[in-house]
Amino acid sequence: MARVVIFGSLRAFTGGVGEVEIEAKNTRVLLQKLSEQFEGLRETIAAGVSLAIDGEVFKEAWFTPIDEDSEVVVMPLMVGG
Amino acid sequence: MSKQDFKILGTRPIRPDGLDKVTGKAMFGADKSVTGMLHARILRSPHAHAEIVSIDTSKAKALPGVKAVITGADFDELKNRWTGYTSQNCMAQDRALYDGHAVAAVAAISKSIAAAALKLIEVEYNLLPHVTDVDEAMKPGAPVLHVGVKARKLGDEVSGNTVGYYSFGHGDLETGFAEADEVIERSFKTAATHQGYIEPHACLADLGSDGRGELWCSTQGHYNVRLICAEILDIEESQLRVTASEIGGGFGGKTTVFIEPVALMLSRKSGKPVKAVMTRDEVFRASGPTMSSSMDIKIGMSKDGRITAAQAKLRYQGGAFPYQMVMMGAMSAFAAYDLDHVQSEGWDVMTNRPKMISYRAPGAPMAVYAVEAVVDELCQKLELDPIDTRLKNAAREGTKSSYGPTFKAIGLVDALEAAKAHPHYSAPLAENTGRGVSCGFWFNFGGQVSVSMAINADGTVNLIEGNPDIGGSRASISMMAAEALGIPLDRIRTIVGDTASVGFSDVTDGSRVTFAVGIATINAANAAIKEMCKRAAMIWEIDEDAVEWVDGAAQPTGHNAGEFPPMSLAEIAAVSGKTGGPIAGHHEGAPDKAGVSFGVHLVDVEVDPETGFTAVKRYTAFQDVGKAIHPAYVEGQIQGGAVQGIGWALNEEYIYGEDGRLQNPGFLDYRIPVASDLPMIDPVIIEVPNPGHPFGVRGCGETAIVPPLAAVSNGVSRAIGTRMFELPMSPPKILKAIG
Repeated sequence: MARVVIFGSLRAFTGGVGEVEIEAKNTRVLLQKLSEQFEGLRETIAAGVSLAIDGEVFKEAWFTPIDEDSEVVVMPLMVGG
Repeated sequence: MSKQDFKILGTRPIRPDGLDKVTGKAMFGADKSVTGMLHARILRSPHAHAEIVSIDTSKAKALPGVKAVITGADFDELKNRWTGYTSQNCMAQDRALYDGHAVAAVAAISKSIAAAALKLIEVEYNLLPHVTDVDEAMKPGAPVLHVGVKARKLGDEVSGNTVGYYSFGHGDLETGFAEADEVIERSFKTAATHQGYIEPHACLADLGSDGRGELWCSTQGHYNVRLICAEILDIEESQLRVTASEIGGGFGGKTTVFIEPVALMLSRKSGKPVKAVMTRDEVFRASGPTMSSSMDIKIGMSKDGRITAAQAKLRYQGGAFPYQMVMMGAMSAFAAYDLDHVQSEGWDVMTNRPKMISYRAPGAPMAVYAVEAVVDELCQKLELDPIDTRLKNAAREGTKSSYGPTFKAIGLVDALEAAKAHPHYSAPLAENTGRGVSCGFWFNFGGQVSVSMAINADGTVNLIEGNPDIGGSRASISMMAAEALGIPLDRIRTIVGDTASVGFSDVTDGSRVTFAVGIATINAANAAIKEMCKRAAMIWEIDEDAVEWVDGAAQPTGHNAGEFPPMSLAEIAAVSGKTGGPIAGHHEGAPDKAGVSFGVHLVDVEVDPETGFTAVKRYTAFQDVGKAIHPAYVEGQIQGGAVQGIGWALNEEYIYGEDGRLQNPGFLDYRIPVASDLPMIDPVIIEVPNPGHPFGVRGCGETAIVPPLAAVSNGVSRAIGTRMFELPMSPPKILKAIG
């Protein structure tokens, strides 16, 4: 199962949980399961998040594959100039 | 990822837009005119915060030559709250929320009639309390700009203007600070600054009664303009064609709309094309500057220079509407360092100022400024070398970043070592001169992209991309296409297509274009190559899989495939009409893995103790760019970012009076650095290839504005012998610090 790290301020919506293990074949499934597990995250996830999968940042890419031993960091949706 | 050998990448060909720009032929936003067009002018609030009791436009409408007058009543408030706020920023609804907020607009047959008509519009205001300072705006009891948008989970200790809260980090701060030999805690402030693009916002809009529209505008993202305007004007995206003009600077400031929906509405109402061009006063008062900030930084360090703990609290004000940007500062603040105990927190706050918009690495420069200033003070206090200390703590491949992800291959150590070895770092310093050092960081993004490539019968190639060229993308994309196809660069012409010519592309921001459009271009080239190999196989009557593409030509893969001389791209293209028709390649995608970028800047500044004036004497900027496709453009990006950062550090600031009005909306009083103010910025390109791009590309456009604020501040602080904690470091502030 992938290790999912939730960034600091989002932990206010997970009851303080900063890491969870989730079995998901891709980012879409992972985000769905995360929303189901933590209802408070649903609004943030629906608004958009970026994910760092094994150190590489992905911006709302639903079908990016996730390996069983991947580290996935949930981050705010990034913007630039 | 090992370095590759390239034929075209890394060379410095003549820029494809150069001739048009130096001869005045290039068409910028305000250069487009059509017969019968009207001229728009916008009436703006003189108040920082006021209820709009009534607007009487009757006298303006009666003025001969006036063809349309609009107010907020012409724009329905929309269900989608973000586009709704954008609409309200373009034209106030029931309240004017900042000095410069649009309250009405006129279209007339001449600029002078439009200007005269504005004076005939009577607006009755009921003045409301205002707030322009971030710390004041956060306090309970501050005037709240919008009700119901306060960030979730925040308590009564902050006002309803606090629309965002973020925190990042790991470890245990208490443990880390207990391990320190020295702990320094400081507070900093930075002023709001403007991107300072020379070309003002400008557009020409034509929206017919049949719902079909044409829009020509200066923008960093014409698909985004189409999306927002179609929603505001309630028309289908397919019916609004948006063409991006040449752009005279954007730097993030042209990633949204300000006047385009207004011009479209005036066109719809008048039935005529309408041209709108902001004055410089309007650009300052009513486009989007960056955020101002108030920050607290606490860092602990051991005697040998190891950072044991680091904490940042960042409060950004972003103007009159909800926004989300402090997170980028909170994530960037400590990104340069490998830390066991780190935490950064950030609050986004609304005030009665124009709504912020991105400015080159938005959110990062001020946060990194404050962190790097404290690191430098610790180095001074512990008598440590600034670069050695940064090397000791530097993030590298495998470092768990302060914002979460573990870094892949990155070039911070390479940049620091290059800076240490550079003659600049060991050069003697003159009297009243100080040397400043700072690291900087930016994320870089991928995002949605579309590219269409056509192989012409004469062996040339046309390529259409959907991203406005703000930093040399037509050159870099042509070069990557030439490299991928194996043909000379002069065989390729790249243009920026309008929204009806090629598929959707995200805004040109996030230093994403060379990376993302580059990947799409390589994929489009590969699609065309596949088709050309197929055509050659048909001609040779061999299996398609038995053909490969080498140095711009199809050739059999081995003796078993038969003995055929290679067929060049031009030879295959010449007979394409007889082998199946036109040959093309295209790619639509959303590439990621953009790869982060680090920079290190060195600056020598001389401070006149009599006047407090700071002169930049020498400046060297080191930056990891992955692979520099066209090094001259990359150097230009590094130089431009450094200059903007120097302006931010020394001169530039939005100054508000107690009445909440902007005091300096012009280049005379808002002083950006010009060429005669500065020495040559010496850029040093570092190339640590990004494993996420076939050619190793990283974004390079934004990182360079991050280090200068702290580099200059650290240089000034060392020159005058006292630490500076506020930007800009204008002469009066320096004189006050000297005492």
